[in-house]
Amino acid sequence: MTNLLNKKRPPAFCAGCAHDRVILALDQAFGDQGLAGEDIAMVSDIGCSGLFDTFFNTHAFHGLHGRALTYGTGIKMAQPELNVVVTMGDGGLGIGGAHVLSTCRRNIDVTLLVLNNFNYGMTGGQCSVTTPMDAQVSSGFLNRLEPPMDICMVAAAAGAPYVARCSAYQKDLALQIQKALTYKGFSLIDIWGVCPGRYTKRNPLTPGQIKERMGELPAADGLVTQNQRMEYGSHYRKVASGLEQAPDAVCVERSFDPVFEDRREVLLLGSAGQRIVTAGEILCLAGMTGGMHATQKNDYPITVLRGHSVSEVVFDKEGVGYTGLDNPCVVIALAPEGVNRRKSKFAEFDKDTVIIRAAGIELPDCRARVITVDFKAHKIKKTDWALAALAVLARENIVITIDMLEKALTCRFKGDVLAAALKLVHTNFKILQKRQN
Amino acid sequence: MGLSIMEGNEAIARAAIHAGCRFFAGYPITPATTIYQNMLRFLPPLGGICLQGEDEIASIGFCLGAAMSGQKAMTATSGPGISLYSENISFAIGSEIPLVIVNVQRLGPSTGSATRGADGDVQFMQWGNSGGMPVIVLAPVDVRDCYELTVWAFNLAERYRCPVFLAANKEIAMTRESIDLAKVKLPDLESRRYCDENKPFAPFEIEQGRKAPDFLPIGGSRLVRQTSSTHGEDGYITVDTETIARTQARLLEKLTSTVDDFTFFEADLQKNAKTLILAYGVTSRAAKHAVKVLRQRGQAVSLLILKTLWPVPQRLLKEQLACVDRVVVVEMNLGQYVREIERLCENTQVVFIGQMNGELISPQQIMEVV
Repeated sequence: MTNLLNKKRPPAFCAGCAHDRVILALDQAFGDQGLAGEDIAMVSDIGCSGLFDTFFNTHAFHGLHGRALTYGTGIKMAQPELNVVVTMGDGGLGIGGAHVLSTCRRNIDVTLLVLNNFNYGMTGGQCSVTTPMDAQVSSGFLNRLEPPMDICMVAAAAGAPYVARCSAYQKDLALQIQKALTYKGFSLIDIWGVCPGRYTKRNPLTPGQIKERMGELPAADGLVTQNQRMEYGSHYRKVASGLEQAPDAVCVERSFDPVFEDRREVLLLGSAGQRIVTAGEILCLAGMTGGMHATQKNDYPITVLRGHSVSEVVFDKEGVGYTGLDNPCVVIALAPEGVNRRKSKFAEFDKDTVIIRAAGIELPDCRARVITVDFKAHKIKKTDWALAALAVLARENIVITIDMLEKALTCRFKGDVLAAALKLVHTNFKILQKRQN
Repeated sequence: MGLSIMEGNEAIARAAIHAGCRFFAGYPITPATTIYQNMLRFLPPLGGICLQGEDEIASIGFCLGAAMSGQKAMTATSGPGISLYSENISFAIGSEIPLVIVNVQRLGPSTGSATRGADGDVQFMQWGNSGGMPVIVLAPVDVRDCYELTVWAFNLAERYRCPVFLAANKEIAMTRESIDLAKVKLPDLESRRYCDENKPFAPFEIEQGRKAPDFLPIGGSRLVRQTSSTHGEDGYITVDTETIARTQARLLEKLTSTVDDFTFFEADLQKNAKTLILAYGVTSRAAKHAVKVLRQRGQAVSLLILKTLWPVPQRLLKEQLACVDRVVVVEMNLGQYVREIERLCENTQVVFIGQMNGELISPQQIMEVV
């Protein structure tokens, strides 16, 4: 049997500490499985349990308080063949509670040994999440206010497929650890022991009493039947192997001469559901077919199905510098929500600005030239107004042409969606000739 | 020649894949979420791993474990997430774990405004972790920078075995922009140096003339020790004051003495200009615009766009500051990096333009002051 104990660094716990027994049992479990040091990563938390990694000749990772399971998860996902063992006290259990619950639910093939001695030993014996209410600890009366947590019940409820409660003093501890180690999935052992340095001075506790108190709790002896399922890493790799690679970024070739040489800005004002953001992107693509650089800034509330939707598009042949709007040459106004969102800007629009307005949308006073389009009269669905407005814009030849717009649609859409978009744009280019000022 | 269009966050994700990143973990947070969503599209089909942590602490913890197992790892968040990363960032600094951290800055303090931009974390990224050691912070100006500087961030993380921040801003990260991918200039890829298999391995041993220890992965054929505690070369806790002092000095020196090798900037200098505009991040774009207009009006003015913010590239800054009577520092906060400029100025007057209202600083605002 191999022995992985680090002879240069023998355990240095207080005389009578239960941790010594767990170290010996863990080493025996490693040996019984025939594991070599390089097959194992010991990941330790903070406190006395945080010393565990130093007593073994294995890979070792000692990190922050409560976070050991997160490092162990990263290691296991990167090195699936490795046996990852995490040691943590009842302190780490409390501070790292979210990670404990998530690891149970995730079911990654890591073994967690909770070295449960009912208090924070290293900092002077304060209460932890497992301290009994009647214990005398250095947290004054505080532990009398909060009942101890049964980690086995919590872990099983959170989805852990393997949960066992052991005493550091039981004869078959090594076997119990070995069973947890060989389980393919997340396994947790809640190992009860004494802390002679801080806890048992004021709270006498014998191995017999530990056994007795454990007996008063619901049994936790390994497999949790209802939580049996595929291990996370294996499942992840299985699903991932069937995924298709993401496509490269679409490249738009310059196909047309631009209709302008300077910087141009377009402001699209609409409401949620009007596909304003998509129209902004298509507008960018259309300009790019003329070799123009473009930026698109969007503004919408976090409640994406309600409220304003605003898109700001800037073109510049040399590349867009400032991405804010200074003086838009075109404003597309399709909903009061969007108009209200930028209402203070209207006074700044000059007579060279063109506003393409959906019929019925009220605009603040401004000097801009207004083109009103009655989308409803043309039986255009509200979700298509933004795209139809781009066709109107193309007709004006200020920023893009109809050829650019059609080319942009072929870059963005495929199949039926493309055919419908092209039809919409083409029809509207022809019929939306009626101009009202 | 053709153009592609993407937001800064997508450029960061694509660049990370190019750099060899095969492990990403993050927690959704506006305006950084689309980095995670893009990595989820890219990584699993390539055999890489993309995880959603139960919180930011778990996300960076996954990355540290994976990084020590040999992966190039990245995480992305915004200010509230950087707060939660803090303790693990100091771990990565002190224990020399390569990691790229994208901070898509949003308007703070605290929860602040999720969909508003700011550069309010510029001092926080450097000093918001325990121990006071230097970090590398790179600040992109546009989508092209997001691409190029992300690859550099990986190279520097590997070269110096340290966390490297990419200090983006909602205004770059979530703004779509055209980019000519053929014109993107990417450096040769670097990887951390592995310990020669014929040499004995100590996880924190430093070879003469080297800045960072040689690496071996957890899970490899030779045993590796990693620890967040103050350690000696062997990776065990140490109380030896000489060893401690030597390591601390090295952690400081490895970045402050080499910053000239990774000082990224754009200088557009004009002879006879008495004024230098200094900007970084998205604000540089307004500054560029302002400079163009001012020159058209016949005013001489120089522009320095800083892309390496930390460690402070003192040599470059001192050189440039000495050439002008006045420096106008423009930043999307109420005065953070200007402190670094003030301490480097001897006879140069420092003028500050700042704003924190969720809006971009406009070219007009800069022109008014200049």
